[in-house]
Amino acid sequence: MRASDRARNWALGIWSAAALLFLFIPVFLIVLFSFNDNKGRFNFTWQGFTLDHWKEPFRDPDLAKAMENSLLIAAVTTVAAVLLGTLLAVALTRYRFRGQGAAGFFVFLPMATPEVVLGASLLAMFLVAGIDTGFWTIVIAHVMFTVSYVVVTVRARLEGMDPYIEEAAQDLGAGVWTTFFKVTLPMIAPGVVAAAVLAAAISIDDYVVTSFNAGQTQTFPLYIFGATRQGVPPEVNVLGTMLLVGVLLLMGLNLAVQKALARRDRAVVEEPPSQPPTPAVPAAGPSAVAG
Amino acid sequence: MVANQSLTADAVRESGVGGEPDIRLERVTKRFGDVLVIDDLDLEIERGAFYALLGPSGCGKTTTLRMIGGFELPTAGRVLLGGTEVTNAPPHKRDVNTVFQSYALFPHLTIEKNVAFGLERKGVGKAETRRRVAEALETVQLPHLAKRKPAQLSGGQQQRVALARALVNRPRALLLDEPLGALDLRLRRQLQLELKRIQQEVGITFIHVTHDQEEAMSMADTIAVMNRGRIEQAGTATDLYERPRTEFVAKFLGVSNLVRGTVGQANGELSAVTTHDGATLHAPTNRCAEHAGGAVSVGVRPEKVKLTPAEQPTPDGANVLRGQVVLSSFLGVSLQYVVRTAGGEELIVLAQNADGSLPESLGAGREVQLTWDPRHTFVVAAEDGARA
Repeated sequence: MRASDRARNWALGIWSAAALLFLFIPVFLIVLFSFNDNKGRFNFTWQGFTLDHWKEPFRDPDLAKAMENSLLIAAVTTVAAVLLGTLLAVALTRYRFRGQGAAGFFVFLPMATPEVVLGASLLAMFLVAGIDTGFWTIVIAHVMFTVSYVVVTVRARLEGMDPYIEEAAQDLGAGVWTTFFKVTLPMIAPGVVAAAVLAAAISIDDYVVTSFNAGQTQTFPLYIFGATRQGVPPEVNVLGTMLLVGVLLLMGLNLAVQKALARRDRAVVEEPPSQPPTPAVPAAGPSAVAG
Repeated sequence: MVANQSLTADAVRESGVGGEPDIRLERVTKRFGDVLVIDDLDLEIERGAFYALLGPSGCGKTTTLRMIGGFELPTAGRVLLGGTEVTNAPPHKRDVNTVFQSYALFPHLTIEKNVAFGLERKGVGKAETRRRVAEALETVQLPHLAKRKPAQLSGGQQQRVALARALVNRPRALLLDEPLGALDLRLRRQLQLELKRIQQEVGITFIHVTHDQEEAMSMADTIAVMNRGRIEQAGTATDLYERPRTEFVAKFLGVSNLVRGTVGQANGELSAVTTHDGATLHAPTNRCAEHAGGAVSVGVRPEKVKLTPAEQPTPDGANVLRGQVVLSSFLGVSLQYVVRTAGGEELIVLAQNADGSLPESLGAGREVQLTWDPRHTFVVAAEDGARA
């Protein structure tokens, strides 16, 4: 390796480390300050280590309620968005229908629209329709913009799939629904799981759209934003850290599921054949019959 | 193999023996938008036949197969399986099974489960399913791979699994869509023989779509040559090769030497045909009758022609054309000559490699004569603008 190459590699390493540091210092500080023994309303200067805040993170009932709302909204949103989005993706990739191009376009629109616009127009719609904003309007809003991500993720998986596999299932006697549950769904499962994780993560941390449509309902991001205006209690850091760990676990779970599914389609099943090769096939080795 | 015999016996018992064609397409037309893919097609396939649909890409052979399988619906016309109309029935309501070119195995299921898929849909009992799956894997010689996943198998092995997965259902007919297209040449040849063997063993009707003429000729009882959404000619390999009825068939199946001409007087079994450069050839009258007085192409296969130096006498009654050797090449098993006739056509002659070398007297530039038996001559309607 030439000296200039080595120098470049070093520079690349240092640059990458700096970039990662820049990205992760705030996250690290949030975790760190959940252990800060702060005096006063603010939690911005390090004053000593304590585990006090971790003993009763839900001491403030409003904070506990906000967290509960956020988790519940994320759960309902994820189920609804994955259901809707998966079916949408199937419709967009497997069927030809009038308005297909338009449907494809409108599905992606929420991803490109500024959140402020999305939130404001949703609120306007709810007001015009005379719907009181609250838990369910938040869910509706979240489903609306997470569906796009589900469609994108699942669709990519569907498009990578040999369409003849579904035809083969029908050819072998499976109707439309049997084909979907026995063949399509198992094959797109990695995409569906990834989409669910994505939808949950986006829903839990959404602030802008939620703030327009929350009414009197508090979610975790709304609570934190409100709290910072009067001073940040360290419990916010504690819950933030918990949320971070929760999302990381979800990501890890997603990875594990993806690996398991990949293994399902690939790996050797270490089992003896159900019956020994008959004498009619003298050579049992794959090489003998590979051709 | 005992298993195979019982499979054969069952298949025959269930099918019975009927007189009318097993699969019938009546005046079927298929359009995709404005594009006419199948043009008023009639097709009849006998029970137990090995039927090949042969043609270049875009000729409509795969679309025809997909209409029998139920994956495409005809724009007009009727599809009948065993005398029952299924024109608009979905694939899972038809008792035919398909072997796809990409095999389309279910990647998340073991080989065993792949093969069992059709039987499970039909509600066949567990024990019976196990027995028949084992039997089918036996037929394709892969019983030891039952627990594997498709991704762990070679292309040839996947192809056999696809075959077993279809055969295990004992369908009325097996539809094969270029089943060997993705395999290398040697494997293809080997699996061709095996497919033929399996078809004879199980006695199920096979409809085989291919663009490989050799494959069609070596396997099928009946070959239908398709072109532009129509069947140009259907018959045995011998029929199509020795007596092509259209210029397309003559050129698509093997090599043909074609010379433009006009049909003249019939004289008993043979009729005279005058070529565009004035030579008189003879061809069997029954092949000329329909073209009487019209523009035709007279043809002969390269291996039927004998090449001799110009000064040698020709046998009585033989067709003779004169020309000059353009190219002579040594192909090992045979010698190939390209000869330009007086009329400007370049004809190909194949001679057996009897002496082990190219004869001096037939080298490039030599004046030669091509002779052949008039009975080996075929006559087809001339296609516009085509010169062979």
